[in-house]
Amino acid sequence: MSGASEPLLQLSGVHTHIGAYHILHGVDLDVPAGKTTLLLGRNGAGKTTTLRTIMGLWQASEGSVRFEGRDLVGEQTPGIAQQGIAYVPENMGIFSDLTVSENMLLAAHGARTAAAIDAERLRWVFDLFPAMRKFWNHPAGLLSGGQKQMLAVARAIVEPRKLILVDEPSKGLAPSIIQNMLSAFRQLKTAGVTMLLVEQNFNFARQLGDTVAVMDDGRVVHRGSMAELGEDESLQQRLLGLSLGAHQ
Amino acid sequence: MAERIAATTSEGQTAARQLEAEVVPKTRLDVLPMLLVPLLALAALPLVGSGSSWVTLTVAGLAMGMIIFIIASGLTLVFGLMDVLNFGHGVFIALGAYVATSVLAPLSGLTEADSMLANLAAVFAAMLVAMAVAGAVGAAFERLIVRPVYGQHLKQILITMGGMIIGEELIKTIWGAQQIPQPLPTALRGSWLLGDAAIEKYRMIAVAVGAVVFIAMLWVLSRTKVGLLIRAGVQDREMVESLGYRVRRLFVGVFVAGSALAGLGGVMWGLYQQNLVPQMGAQVNVLIFIVIIIGGLGSPGGCFIGALLVGLTANYTGFLAPKVALFSNIGLMVLVLLWRPQGLYAVAKR
Repeated sequence: MSGASEPLLQLSGVHTHIGAYHILHGVDLDVPAGKTTLLLGRNGAGKTTTLRTIMGLWQASEGSVRFEGRDLVGEQTPGIAQQGIAYVPENMGIFSDLTVSENMLLAAHGARTAAAIDAERLRWVFDLFPAMRKFWNHPAGLLSGGQKQMLAVARAIVEPRKLILVDEPSKGLAPSIIQNMLSAFRQLKTAGVTMLLVEQNFNFARQLGDTVAVMDDGRVVHRGSMAELGEDESLQQRLLGLSLGAHQ
Repeated sequence: MAERIAATTSEGQTAARQLEAEVVPKTRLDVLPMLLVPLLALAALPLVGSGSSWVTLTVAGLAMGMIIFIIASGLTLVFGLMDVLNFGHGVFIALGAYVATSVLAPLSGLTEADSMLANLAAVFAAMLVAMAVAGAVGAAFERLIVRPVYGQHLKQILITMGGMIIGEELIKTIWGAQQIPQPLPTALRGSWLLGDAAIEKYRMIAVAVGAVVFIAMLWVLSRTKVGLLIRAGVQDREMVESLGYRVRRLFVGVFVAGSALAGLGGVMWGLYQQNLVPQMGAQVNVLIFIVIIIGGLGSPGGCFIGALLVGLTANYTGFLAPKVALFSNIGLMVLVLLWRPQGLYAVAKR
């Protein structure tokens, strides 16, 4: 077992190339266990590439991605997922021709049929996202954008995972749905789930984050506590080019 | 007052929004492509004129369609899962048919007996062996020929066609280059009479086998976790991998199963044509590619409807206007693609 002070996930000097493009230029990032870490930054800063590199969807060309002390670089995506990492991509990755229950079943490795999914866990998921119970037997392609996002997150938590990576959970959602999503993530936090969230919406991010990393041009340019960044407007202005007042 | 109205309206709007959010989405079942098969059959009735000829042609068309479906179903899933264009699929058809001749020859006691049961037992044994051989060769084909060219379409086309040519030559080496007659077992010859219409027994059996394969495939795809994984993998391979499943392994399984089904289809096609040539795979290859394009690449349901349409069209035009019979399936594909450019059931890709 790793010591309590060692982060669950630790990226050191990670470089990633996609074809001829050099996207990540030495990313250093810690995700402490039991905390919610926010990865912020402008479009094109390398946030999505960082998540995809952790999942092995793109391979790091240099550096290490250590999860529970073990290097993930060079491992295939399915093997990385099997170590207890769930990933919700920006496009949500919903199988639209499959029903909600079939989508959930695919994420529940211990179950052969939807009826065999751990009932207590499922009740907890339904409490977080009541729409999932309602549309259980409906094709996922017919859900609204917000419901699809809920399904994507529900799928990530239908079985206990050590780490959950979510790429822009609030993207494209109506304000009321964003509030639902926030409260669901707060409950996940309370349950002690370790999360790494990529976000563009700073208001959403500041309400969830324990720690924060800000990326720019393929590097992490700031690491610290979310509370600190939330209060320091000049730092926000410098790192993210935003004035929170204007966004409220 | 105005404030109260405003408040009520706003409450109403909120309630309406909630209702909208809660409304149960309706399942849209796209039935139009399914209607094409009966529509085509009905449209052919006045053209054919005689009811009994129409029944005979329709059964023949359905039988041919079912056999083509059995052959093409694996190919469409192979493409859907890994974007692999396997132009060598036809070689498994020829392989299945030739293996069947070798199995049926020593079973002449069963095939020449005037008992339907004995005949079917012999054909069933031939089918099992043909599927096993085609599946095993399929596994080697995937490992040696397909795996080195994942993600490279042009190379896939060239090398799988090359694989088919080598397969054909190997068949010539083992079974000879000349035509081999493949007579039907005794009790499967001849026809049943339905009024004036003569329905060949073997064609009815082909329809029955095709229906069994189709239902079994639907059951696997919709009721088992492996089937769900295949359907999910066709839509978004990357997400299935992100959920912790090795899609490569799944793909090998589908490739082997698809090759075995092509072998089964080959046995049936050989008995349907009643003679075998080493090039038979290449001849059927054109038909199966038309079928999977019509159906929508990666869609088993579309493949089924496409196969029935192709089988019926080939038989109707063969009777009505033999000179355009060769063109008719290309014509059918053009018409379908003008209506739905992605095929009858386009698979929603990420």
